[in-house]
Amino acid sequence: MSTVRDRSVPRTGRRQAPPAPGRAVRRGGTGRGALWPYLLIAPAVLGMLYLLVYPLARAVLISFQDFRLRQLILGDAEFVGLRNYRTLLGDPQFWEVVRRTFVFMAVNVVAIMVLSTLVALMTERLDRVARTVVLSSLVLVWAVPVVAATTVFRWLFHSEFGIVNETLTGFGLDSYESYPWLAHGGTAFAIIVVLIVWQSVPFAAITLYSALVTVPAELHESARIDGAGGVRVFRSVTFPLIRPIFMLVLSLEVIWTFKAFVQIWVMTRGGPGEATTILPVYAVQTALAGQRYDLGSAASMLTVLLMSGVLVLYFRQLFRQEGEQL
Amino acid sequence: MRTSRPTTLRAVRRLPLDAAAALTVLICLFPVYWMVTTAFKPSPDIQSYDPRPLPRAWTLDHFRTAIAADGFALFWRNSILVTISAVLLALLVALGAAYAVARMRWRGRRQFVLAVFIAQMAPWESLIIPVYIISRDTGMLDRLPTLTLIYFMITLPFTVVVLRGFIAGIPPELEEAAQVDGCTRAGAFRRVAFPLLAPGLMATSLFGFITAWNEFTYANFLIIKQQDSRTLPVWLSSFQSTFGTDWGATMAASTLFALPALVVFLVLQRQVTAGLASGGVKG
Repeated sequence: MSTVRDRSVPRTGRRQAPPAPGRAVRRGGTGRGALWPYLLIAPAVLGMLYLLVYPLARAVLISFQDFRLRQLILGDAEFVGLRNYRTLLGDPQFWEVVRRTFVFMAVNVVAIMVLSTLVALMTERLDRVARTVVLSSLVLVWAVPVVAATTVFRWLFHSEFGIVNETLTGFGLDSYESYPWLAHGGTAFAIIVVLIVWQSVPFAAITLYSALVTVPAELHESARIDGAGGVRVFRSVTFPLIRPIFMLVLSLEVIWTFKAFVQIWVMTRGGPGEATTILPVYAVQTALAGQRYDLGSAASMLTVLLMSGVLVLYFRQLFRQEGEQL
Repeated sequence: MRTSRPTTLRAVRRLPLDAAAALTVLICLFPVYWMVTTAFKPSPDIQSYDPRPLPRAWTLDHFRTAIAADGFALFWRNSILVTISAVLLALLVALGAAYAVARMRWRGRRQFVLAVFIAQMAPWESLIIPVYIISRDTGMLDRLPTLTLIYFMITLPFTVVVLRGFIAGIPPELEEAAQVDGCTRAGAFRRVAFPLLAPGLMATSLFGFITAWNEFTYANFLIIKQQDSRTLPVWLSSFQSTFGTDWGATMAASTLFALPALVVFLVLQRQVTAGLASGGVKG
């Protein structure tokens, strides 16, 4: 405690002017007080080192080793260089998974961005009561836990008693009577996409909506007076202004759908066959079901590599947004 | 704005918009509504080829089945225990780090903030294999503290980022005034800044609560043999296979599991809308 007091005395005088980030204020220098910030961040840094950096390093290590059940128990893994990566990259099945991951991501992200932009534009135009109702329902969806939502969707699309089949049959589409959605690759894929879109639109729509309300109404008015139609106004006035937030949401959604694991695991375990196996599912299946920890780690590392491309875009956007706060 | 227009014409013009809004609300709420009503329907009504939007009769049987299922109370307790300890740990650690970032100038500050931002995007789905192997090597498999540590790390970066914003929003002059009046720096923070920080702590801990409460992957792969250490999401996902045909009980279990998260969000909604409002003011 005494350290705090020692330090606080000179600090008070120094802090008369509002702190300007960026401008280098006199550094703590050599005094004992200079240690305080490091003590304060130490637990966070230690946590990141042990719980993030170390597992990541371990994953890299394992991906260069021959690591199966035997090595898991005895711990005598040998280095095999790039063998695991060669095995994976030479495996047509792996490339099929990569292709599927990208299709999955593209379909999800396009649907999420289009729908959430429409919902955001709609919400902006509603009157106060309707807007509150829409925003509350979006928040509610956001709050439903993933496993609960997945379970509910299984029930909605249940082949015999599911409400979707009943409704479709009720409309006279008799071919949907007892239609086993999860038994066909294409429809299982589609249901997971619907589930992920349903869960992801609220965050994207609310964020885009909060960006939209910052666009001054006068800009719309003047564009209208100049004779621009609705689509034109959106394209040339509204969108350029919400573009930074739009790109931020877009890259977040790309990353999040790339990592969609729980929905798929709980819904189909990657099946039927391989129809819904995307990279994270493939990695876990290879490692924990097939006991090929080495191949699974290599697949994980390739996933991280693919994702980090998007991450770089995200961070560039993020720092452009709040760079001045850093 | 356009009050000069006749109201009927306006109503007609607004019709497509209102229809779209109604459709959005319907699509959002229907799955949740169907989950809750299925949970209250008698079994014969659930397994009927003529489902009705409103239950004819209400029953609590499914909730009784779900609660009486093996280990429900235990898994509930595990989930609460893991979630709350992870959130408290994250708050404690993040408070220090956020204070250092928001109020102090030191070498490496930018790098630390960057590391926190990167940690926020950590590919947790790709770290299951090494975390599994590390926990196995250190005898941490099947133990709740392992989950607590991981949930702590998942929520920590977000907590630091948000708390940093909240601390930066409190004028340092307030604390300085308290220090002039004879408080220590820590005392000034505790008596002056901390009460102002309460909403921020509330918001971040609720988000952390949701994240940890919902986490499935690590709970599923790190708790294998010791069934007593399972948490609710895993229980719910296995509930389907145990009670495969009993959709009433499954939906009751889902409702019971989703309820805390929904309540937390209803509480949080004011903060969410307040956040939106402040976003609007900022522009």
